Amino acid sequence: MARITLDGIAHAYRPNPRSDADYALKPLHLTWERGLAYALLGPSGCGKTTLLNILSGLLRPSHGRLLFDGVDVTDWPTERRNIAQVFQFPVIYDTMTVRENLAFPLRNRGVAPAAAARRVTEIAELLGLSPMLDRRARGLTPDAKQKISLGRGLVRSDVAALLLDEPLTVIDPNLKWELRSRLKAAHRALDRLMVYVTHDQTEALTFADRVVVMQDGRMLQIGTPAELFERPEHVFVGHFIGSPGMNFLPAAVTGDRAVVAGFEIPLGAAYGPLPAGVPVQLGIRPDFTALGAGPGGLPVTLERVDDLGRLRLARVRLGPHPLVARLPDGVDPATAALYLDSRRLHVYADGKRVPPPGELRQEAAA
Amino acid sequence: MNDRPFDNRAWLLVLPVLAIVLFSALLPLMTVVNYSVQDSFGNNQFFWNGIGWYRELLDPSTDLGSRFFGALWRSLLFSAIILAIEVPLGIAVALCMPRDGWRLAATLVLMALPLLVPWNVVGTIWQVFARGDIGLFGHVVNALGIDYNYTAGILSAWFTIVIMDVWHWTSLVALLCYAGLRAIPDAFYQAARIDGASRLAVFRWIELPKLRRVLVIAVLLRFMDSFMIYTEPFVVTGGGPGNATTMLSIDLVKLALGQFDLGKAAAMSIVFNLIILAVCWVFYTVMTALDAEKQAEGPAKGAE
Repeated sequence: MARITLDGIAHAYRPNPRSDADYALKPLHLTWERGLAYALLGPSGCGKTTLLNILSGLLRPSHGRLLFDGVDVTDWPTERRNIAQVFQFPVIYDTMTVRENLAFPLRNRGVAPAAAARRVTEIAELLGLSPMLDRRARGLTPDAKQKISLGRGLVRSDVAALLLDEPLTVIDPNLKWELRSRLKAAHRALDRLMVYVTHDQTEALTFADRVVVMQDGRMLQIGTPAELFERPEHVFVGHFIGSPGMNFLPAAVTGDRAVVAGFEIPLGAAYGPLPAGVPVQLGIRPDFTALGAGPGGLPVTLERVDDLGRLRLARVRLGPHPLVARLPDGVDPATAALYLDSRRLHVYADGKRVPPPGELRQEAAA
Repeated sequence: MNDRPFDNRAWLLVLPVLAIVLFSALLPLMTVVNYSVQDSFGNNQFFWNGIGWYRELLDPSTDLGSRFFGALWRSLLFSAIILAIEVPLGIAVALCMPRDGWRLAATLVLMALPLLVPWNVVGTIWQVFARGDIGLFGHVVNALGIDYNYTAGILSAWFTIVIMDVWHWTSLVALLCYAGLRAIPDAFYQAARIDGASRLAVFRWIELPKLRRVLVIAVLLRFMDSFMIYTEPFVVTGGGPGNATTMLSIDLVKLALGQFDLGKAAAMSIVFNLIILAVCWVFYTVMTALDAEKQAEGPAKGAE
């Protein structure tokens, strides 16, 4: 299996969808490549799990086709698709031992007992389940149970894709890191396509090669963590990724100048005419702003300073518009002015990023 | 340490309950115990017999003993047959039931119907239904060339009371199992599909383990009910032919009210009572063990 293609996949849970709002998942065109780890990131109810269940065949999409390596599998049952999926809450067969649990997917598919046993030992080793292999699965801790669920997902080495639906929700925070790195190791060892659903940006950004940001059943952007950070294609992506999120300021843009609350701000590039009649915003990450003394800064009023330990953030107002800026050591926030890195400024019209002329058409790299 | 008011007069509030229990349970029980150690030749004259009745009752070589053990084995056999049929059948029916819509409503109503029919009415229905001359069932079976007459054949009589009980009570087991099945989260079925489990494997590893608690309750209810069954065989076969379908409870009534052998009957009912207490204790132990298991993994269950 090399590639999974979503060709206009959309889904509505109601039988006769009328409006856009009836769709849990709006038409989606995507291609996913083998060997990469993808994260589906978005708030609860944005359609992540729906998409995952469509991939595994637990749900039949109301529109569109799903292709595995060019073969239409939309109507194939789950069993035939050869996909592994791990759910948010641990599902274990509690009358079996841990070993039997791990071997179950192999046994059902008629894998030779010797090969299955070898594989189970490997996976148990990887997940740290070896000491409890012969215990009954009932009565184990939630952590251990979820490890078993993960193990059942990882145990088949020939799967087309491994789908993980917020698998670390029930895991203790200090164990999460450990388990996530074990998962990453497993992914590298397996060289499979992996799809990881989460609403936790740190989890998505540290785990995945490509992150798909979703909202309200729509895909807003797909890209590497760096791309999402540096060039959010949508206001929502800017807000959702990064902590704190991106600053957005209503602006009027003409050529390479923007005017915010009466102040002129130079832009990194000259923009052509923007669509009329839609709100235009200027976006910049707090990381590319700083308060400082000196000429050429924008006058701001200080609201408060948040000391995060490793850095300090100043909440200020530029005219009526609030924003968050970095506060370097030794700067007096009360008298300082705001400096923006003009190369890191993005222009958004109607919530979508306007690419500056001459920018290479950014492909959803993959 | 404990600054709540403490007043021993509060014990007086328990008196009404004590009085009722004394009057409705303890005194009658003591009367039975009293009878069981005495003999009477009528005229309200009683003679001390010690544990004589018990000795006779538990010695299979005596008349009373062989009669008691015969009835006891018949009751146990009946319960065993009933459970062996109703439990698997109930599970099977529950698995086949529709999951929603009007079909489910229709099924539930149909299945609840036999449960609403009183015991003696069930007996009467089958007494007529199974007759060879005017009963549809008996007539058809006879017409098929099978010799079937529940008043004369031991096998026919047993067949009739067994099928009657299955007809009456399988839906109870089915409804209980259905409730148990509905409580299984969808995630288990989805995981099983992902794991490529066959229908049989889903039943063996998901449904059956999750039904365990419900099944314990179903078995308890059906065992108790069938072990003390009285009305249906009494109405249909009257305990016959001979005493082939004389269950423990029927025999007890014959002894106490038919022959007015108060001493023997009292001893028999005490032993009957002890058997039921012992069975209850076994079930109670099993249930609490299951509960403890559930408790132990309580936090782990979380959102399952």
